[in-house]
Amino acid sequence: MAAPEPAATVAAPGDAATNRGDLHTISLLVSDRPGVLVRVALVFARRGYNIESLVVSPGARGGFSRMTITCSGDPATLSQIIKALGKLVDVVQATDHTEDRAHETEIALVKIASTLDQRTAILQIAEHYSAKVVDYGSESLILRAVGASDKLDTFIELLRPFGIVELVRSGKILMARGLLET
Amino acid sequence: MSDTTTQDAPPASRPQSGPATTPTTPPAAARGGQKDGRGAKRPGQRLGAQVLVECLEQAGVEYIFGLSGGAAIPIFDALVDSKIKLLLVRHEQGATHMADGYARATGKPGVVLVTSGPGATNTVTGLLTAHMDSAPLIVITGQTLQANLGSDAFQEADVTGITYPVVKHSYLLKDGADIPRVVREAFYIAQTGRPGPVLIDVPKDVSQGPCTPREVGALDLPGYRVPGRGASEDIKALAEKLARSRRPVLYVGHGAVISNAGPAVMALAEKLRAPIVNTLLGKGAADETHELHLGMLGMHGTAYANKAVTDCDLILAIGARWDDRITGKLDAFCTDAVKIHIDVDPAEFNKVVRPDLTVLGDAKRVIEELLPLVSRLDTEAWLAQCATWRRRYPLKYARRGGLRAQHVLDRLDALTAGQTIITADVGQHQMWAAQFCRTREGRRWITSGGAGTMGFGFPAAIGAKLARPDEEVWAVVGDGGFQMTFAELATAAVHEVAVRCLVINNNYLGMVRQWQEMFFENRLSGVDLKGNPDFVKLAEAYGVKGLRIRRAGDIDRKLEEARAHLGPVVIVAEVVKEDNVFPMIPAGAPLSHMIIEAPTSKLDKPDGST
Repeated sequence: MAAPEPAATVAAPGDAATNRGDLHTISLLVSDRPGVLVRVALVFARRGYNIESLVVSPGARGGFSRMTITCSGDPATLSQIIKALGKLVDVVQATDHTEDRAHETEIALVKIASTLDQRTAILQIAEHYSAKVVDYGSESLILRAVGASDKLDTFIELLRPFGIVELVRSGKILMARGLLET
Repeated sequence: MSDTTTQDAPPASRPQSGPATTPTTPPAAARGGQKDGRGAKRPGQRLGAQVLVECLEQAGVEYIFGLSGGAAIPIFDALVDSKIKLLLVRHEQGATHMADGYARATGKPGVVLVTSGPGATNTVTGLLTAHMDSAPLIVITGQTLQANLGSDAFQEADVTGITYPVVKHSYLLKDGADIPRVVREAFYIAQTGRPGPVLIDVPKDVSQGPCTPREVGALDLPGYRVPGRGASEDIKALAEKLARSRRPVLYVGHGAVISNAGPAVMALAEKLRAPIVNTLLGKGAADETHELHLGMLGMHGTAYANKAVTDCDLILAIGARWDDRITGKLDAFCTDAVKIHIDVDPAEFNKVVRPDLTVLGDAKRVIEELLPLVSRLDTEAWLAQCATWRRRYPLKYARRGGLRAQHVLDRLDALTAGQTIITADVGQHQMWAAQFCRTREGRRWITSGGAGTMGFGFPAAIGAKLARPDEEVWAVVGDGGFQMTFAELATAAVHEVAVRCLVINNNYLGMVRQWQEMFFENRLSGVDLKGNPDFVKLAEAYGVKGLRIRRAGDIDRKLEEARAHLGPVVIVAEVVKEDNVFPMIPAGAPLSHMIIEAPTSKLDKPDGST
């Protein structure tokens, strides 16, 4: 991926929580050529469509990459966007998985500045969400949670009162279940 | 389309020692001369530019339209030894429109070669023009050394970045070994499916560096599919819908011209007994003088074409995309008619209208597959109605009170009897030419439709004339658009390209003036072209013959004089200043609100954008 990343990976958590219902998840299989990310991003940007998250990773076959894009906007525009993405020479396949049965997941890293007396409450929340403490300091904690994006939304909201210092989310990735192609 | 996933040889197979450049190479040193960091050229080894030009020769390129500059010098140098003819233009925009005219007159890609930075950015308008109208172009842009990319070096610009939205595809050629693959893919992509422009950005270290081209196997473009024949169930469904129609209209667009579907469309119209209308760019796909042809539809289309579309019970789009110039107010467009859309580009389906049926495929193949499944429809009453409209609302113009553009174009049509290629610029003259110069076959009418690029017409004529030297080629331009690209008079003169350039001179940007008169209480703003040169003297200054038409009585004599001249010629028609194009459907209004003749009452401002 030679192109610069055009979109923020993390939306404001409050927004994400309220918009989650309108979100679409698109999976792209693309040739790993310079500029492919820009070409994809321009299809959204030209129509004023907002990208919520975008994950790029190497595909199963060499020379191909997988992009998972979550975005919000009206469905008619989205259907045009998917057709326009399909027209790009470097895009092998573009599929909207919003209605599909697909396994979805995301990783969140949350840094919390916390005093020792808050730890028990935080760790209880972490345990409930199967989040792992990956950095344990005297003034701060880093929690790593894995799961569906809406589950991570609530996890983060529960931690918010303790004072979230930093938040990094990977963006959603998904894979079609069974032998269906993603 | 090949579905294989054969991978290119890994970059490690590059034969030269060392990487192309390293981050530690100071740009100043890299700029210093022939050194490119790739090692010396071995005896007998060719340079990247030579390989590039050879690949262009193998692709069948006859002409390159270009303007040189530092970063492109190695490629221009390689052209010295090539059989490809180089046409030096006077502005890069002219080169793109020439290549576009060449492409649209033949169906083969037109090739442009320019330098980096401003040379490349001057092609952007031409790229947009070709992209909007699906014309195959190959635009090769010189680029600075790869070490200078992103460094604001002299004449460096992010050319692939600037042009992404206006190309079908593009390449930044980073390794000379890839030249054969890239050229082959570029030509394939430019002219297959829905054609379009492809840009190849060639850094100078690639063009002037030694090159061992990597052999190309089968095309490996897994993300690029070219639709061919239609799905047979779709074509059957189409035939069934047609069979139930009593008031059908065939709505024919540029896709029908591009796929050479014209004869098939005409056979379909005759078999069904269905009337035809065409878009501005669909002119000539089917013979506009045929009794079943109602001419152009849309904003400035004929009244009878628009009335037929308003009242039809079925509209079959053949390679047309329901543009806003065609539909007017969308909610009111063909509300009760069955809408069917045949297109090679699936992204056009449901983009504007929601058709009852879509058929993905090449227009010619789909219509040919459809033909055996249809039979004559009961359309006699419908055709009689269309004939009545045609009689009642003919295209007309005043023959008195000064010279009229319509009169000149009407006579041009009569004298040439359609045996000509017309390239029109953009504006009132374009609409009048579309109305009065009836096109008999495909690739005889070339104009900038989607982009509406002023300055297109004259250079496009040069490209078309080079492509088809035995044809009579007329550019029909306005005084506004001609002044954007008239420097190419030098190109036409030097290469003795015998185009006839008819300048419809009303000393205004007439189409905007018409809008201001009709919708803005005649508050004229930014339309008066006071200061126009004497276009006859201008032509003569370039050594080009200049003629002038002042009176209606001179039209035939002057046009024939121009036709008889062996070299390029400029004919200036000094027409009345204030004339309007009718019929007209105000932008955003329904087709039924067509203004057939000059209105006497004040009109509301249009809802539509332009």
